[in-house]
Formats: sequence, C-alpha cells, structure tokens
Amino acid sequence: MLRLVSKKVIGLASQEGSALSASRPVQVLPRMYHERVIDHYDKPRNVGSLDKNDPTVGTGLVGAPACGDVMKLQIKVDEVTGKIVDARFKTFGCGSAIASSSVASEWVKGKQLEEVVTIKNTEIAKYLSLPPVKLHCSMLAEDAIKAAVKDYEAKRAKSNGSATAAPAAKAAEA
Amino acid sequence: MASSKLLASTLRQTLLSKFTTTHHVRPLSTAAAAAVAADYHEDTDGITMKGVKISGRPLYLDVQATSPVDPRVLDAMLPFYLSRYGNPHSRTHLFGWESENAVEAARSQVASLIGASPKEIIFTSGATESNNISVKGVLHFYKDKKRHVITTQTEHKCVLDSCRHLQQEGFEVTYLPVKSDGIIDLDQLRSAIRPDTGLVSVMAVNNEIGVIQPMEEIGQICKEFNVPFHTDAAQALGKIPVDVEKWNVSLMSLSGHKIYGPKGVGALYLRRRPRIRVEPQMNGGGQERGLRSGTVPTPLVVGMGAACELAQMEMQYDEKRIKSLQERLLNGVREKLDGVVVNGSEERRYAGNLNLSFAYVEGESLLMGLKEVAVSSGSACTSASLEPSYVLRALGVDEDMAHTSIRFGIGRFTTEAEIDRAVELTVHQVEKLREMSPLYEMVKEGINIKDIQWSQH
Repeated sequence: MLRLVSKKVIGLASQEGSALSASRPVQVLPRMYHERVIDHYDKPRNVGSLDKNDPTVGTGLVGAPACGDVMKLQIKVDEVTGKIVDARFKTFGCGSAIASSSVASEWVKGKQLEEVVTIKNTEIAKYLSLPPVKLHCSMLAEDAIKAAVKDYEAKRAKSNGSATAAPAAKAAEA
Repeated sequence: MASSKLLASTLRQTLLSKFTTTHHVRPLSTAAAAAVAADYHEDTDGITMKGVKISGRPLYLDVQATSPVDPRVLDAMLPFYLSRYGNPHSRTHLFGWESENAVEAARSQVASLIGASPKEIIFTSGATESNNISVKGVLHFYKDKKRHVITTQTEHKCVLDSCRHLQQEGFEVTYLPVKSDGIIDLDQLRSAIRPDTGLVSVMAVNNEIGVIQPMEEIGQICKEFNVPFHTDAAQALGKIPVDVEKWNVSLMSLSGHKIYGPKGVGALYLRRRPRIRVEPQMNGGGQERGLRSGTVPTPLVVGMGAACELAQMEMQYDEKRIKSLQERLLNGVREKLDGVVVNGSEERRYAGNLNLSFAYVEGESLLMGLKEVAVSSGSACTSASLEPSYVLRALGVDEDMAHTSIRFGIGRFTTEAEIDRAVELTVHQVEKLREMSPLYEMVKEGINIKDIQWSQH
C-alpha cells in the first residue's frame, strides 16, 4: 500500500519533471547565428566577379569599410528577355552580411528585373532569422540588388542612347 | 515510529529504483539545471552550442579574458572548501584560526610578488572592484581639496566608467590620448597635472593590445608633483616584473583569474608610507581593516596566494616560452599572408598578447570562421557590441582596420601544436574571406579604397 502511494507520488512528480524538461527546449534561447546563416557563411553561393565592363552586367557596390560592411553584387541580364541569368557577389563584413548577400545572389538568379527590385530586406532577414542588431545586413543586401539593377539600366540606356544617336549622326553626316 | 521508518525505506526504494532505471540524469536542483546550458549538445560527432557545431572543444587562445586554474593552485584551495571551511574572522575556535592563518599566508604571497608589505594588501572580489575602490574611493576621501583625475583613453572599462561616475558628481577628468603605438606621452601627462589633481590612473599592461606603459617614468612624475598614482596591473601581475617601489604606485589593482588563480578574487595594494586613504565602497563588519567589509573567501584567497607564488617562481620560464610561441605565431601568419598589422607597440608589449589586424577581412566574420580557436576581437566586455574597439580607435587605427582585429592570447598552458593549428586555421580562413572580399579585389586592381566615395549607412 505504502509502496503504491509513494510510487504514485513519485510518478506524479516525475511526470511533472518530464513536463518541465520537455518545455525547456521551447524556451527562447540566445542564439548567435541561425543555421541558415552558418550554412551560407560556410558554403557561400555565387562568390566571385563578372566583367564589370560587359554591357549586360550590372554592378551594385554598397556600404563602407568604416562601417564594417561592403557588398558588391553583380547581375548578368539577358537583354532580350530581361531575365537575370547569372549573379555573383563579394562581401566584406560579418557572417550575417555574407549570408545576406549570398541569399540575395541566389534569389535574383532566373528572375525578371522588375521582380527582383521587389525583394524586401524583411524577407531576407526573416529567412535568415537575423537579430535586430544585424538587420542592417539585410538592408544592405536589398540596396545592393537595387544598385545592381540601376547600374544595368543606366548602362543600357546609355548604349541604347548611343545606338539611336549613332544612326542619327550618320544621317546628319549624309 | 515503526511506520515512519517503513515509509522512509519504501520511499527510498522507490526513489532508488526510479533513479536507476531512468537514463538521463535529472539535476538535483534548478540551479544545477541552469548551469548546464540547454542548447549545449555533445556527442561522438562533436559539440553543438549556440548554433555552432565543432568537432571538439576549441583550442584556447584567450588568456587575457581569463586563464585556467593551475592544478597546483586548485590543490592548495581544496582543503579550504572541504575540511578547513572556517570563517577567517571567527576568533573563538580552531576553524577560524586556521583559516585566518591561511588568509595571512596568502596575503604575504601576493605582497611578495609585487615587493610590498603584507599589511598593504586588501583582498577584494577582483580587479574591477579594486579599480572602483581606487578611483572613486580616493577622490571621495579627498574630495574637499582634490577635484581632478587623470587617466588614459585606453584604460579598462571599469576605470573609465568609474571616472564617468565621478564626472557626474562634479569631478573633472582628463583622458590622456595615446600615441599610435599605444603608449602615453609623458610630457602630456606632466602638463595635465593640476594643483587639485587627486589621482593619476594608468594601466600597466593593456588588456586589448598588451602594450606596457612606462611605469617607472610615470611614477617619477607623480612623485615630483606629489600626486597619488594608481595602476590597474591585472594584466601585468605575474607576467612582467612588478615592483611597487620602483613604480612608485600608491594603489594597484590585482586579479586572481588572470594568473591561473580562481575567478572572483582580486587584491588592492594600498601604500602605507606615505599613507593613501580611500573611502570604502562596502560597509559592514569591518573586515580588511574596514576598507572592504564582507567575509574574506578563504579558498579563493588561498588560490590567489598560491597563484602568485607560482608566478614568482615561474615568471622567467613562462616569459621565455610565451615569447617563443608568440614569434612562432606571428612568423607563421606573416609567412603566408600579407597585410597583417600588429596593433600597438611591437617592442614595448607583453608577449602573451598579440593583437593582429588582417586587412580587407572583417573581424567578426573571421571569428565566426575560427570557431575551432577561442579568440576574441578585443576585450570580452565589449565583444557583444558592433562598435570597433575604443582602444584601437584611440591608437588612431583606421576605422576599416579597427574592424579587422583579432586578439591572440598565449599563456602558460599553450602548446606549440596549438599555435601551429591556430596559424593553419587563421591563414585558411583569411584567405577564404579575402577571396570574397570586394576590398581585396579592388586593391589588387590598383584602386585606392580611401579614394572611393562610400555611401555611409
């Protein structure tokens, strides 16, 4: 009888105990980096450079060394379809900055120019679970995408401008 | 009576059977449960903590943050936890007497290492407390006549913060700048001293960059103007020869856990002739001559004493070894990498502290890649913030270079194999990060980074 009672008491206690220990991992733990940040830092996608003088390549360079972050994102665009066929990045900055730019380079590939400018920093931050102190990394990545697109469009406007201007000049000569 | 015995034995049996059949260890108290971090996981594949997975425990190159306890120190401490646990202030029994003797012996050991009298040593909880007592205590005691403090821009946070506290109370503080090698300008110190200067506080060995200030010369100037001189010698004790007479210091802060002693104990040297007085921070039972009330922790104090004695015996040996390891590290890194800069004077520095900047590589990302090496980007107190180190900024290091520093700490238990592995990992990681650094690419293309108009964020 006694044994039964005590077993019951202990059983209850241990149930409570296991409930407690089960709830422990649910606690929000101070975590330095999300797994995806570490994955992108360890195996960054699309590191490298494209020829910046190529008219189909847009280059975005944002950030400043003094702030501890510089991102360079390059996109290669198919002139006919307006689709981004390749992307490369190089980043000087913390792990989150490297991961943000790696994610950005992955996301822009295969998309239309109009589509990529709608990529928001909040989406990148959410995907990488960036803490508040690292949100500027995702903002920098968004800026880099926009700067690359802007650079490409400026290049194209220039070459188109000269292309249309050239026949006009020829006509004038004639 | 019988029934209660029966109840107890049944309970015990049930408890025992319960405990022997369960596989995971249930902690006996919630405190013990909290001590084992819930996100720590160790198995045959390695260790996972805070989302970082490594194959084994990292090699430790952060002895400026803290050092392991020397086993000989622990041996000296253990009896005072287990069998000789008396309160050293108990005057009525043997437990108290033997503890008091042990505390006094430790006091002599500490005093001997710095060339002081045991009567001039006060045990505290650490160098931070000693610095607080020194800076605030002296100025509070002499506040009627002395309203001014001189310190340097590269002091430890606890001295700077104590000074800021004094400023809020209406005292004036001069923060001396340092030269690009981290050493103060003695002429600037001389001209900063005023008739109402109550204290000059200059640290002996810098915690972040390891440079050694010209202590004897500073002491001489302070003697000339009759100003008390305080030094934070937490990083100097047991590593470079410390002599309170040669340095002419009035107060000196010491720490136990930087010299292979236990954490949570430190000491304050207070000169008796000429006598320097301080206002106590802690009021109570009047222990430590009323300057630091609170029971003296016998085991910790015994540990600090033992650590000081070991340091005195082995300082020369340690220095020789650490110096050769430092050269091995620096040469190893420089052989393979360009753009490696030693922060702070290369001549006037403690060899165990090597603060390096790797150009075009951001420090935090380098640390993230060096997860198998426990190093820091500067002081442990500020490694959580994103700001570049204030010490490096005081040196006038370019802001982009200040973001790239790593502090390698070499100690008594560092081995050659650890240094070689650290060199290998560092070189690999720096090369990898430079490969993806747009700055390194620009420099190779011949673009001067400083000429570019950067968009500031």
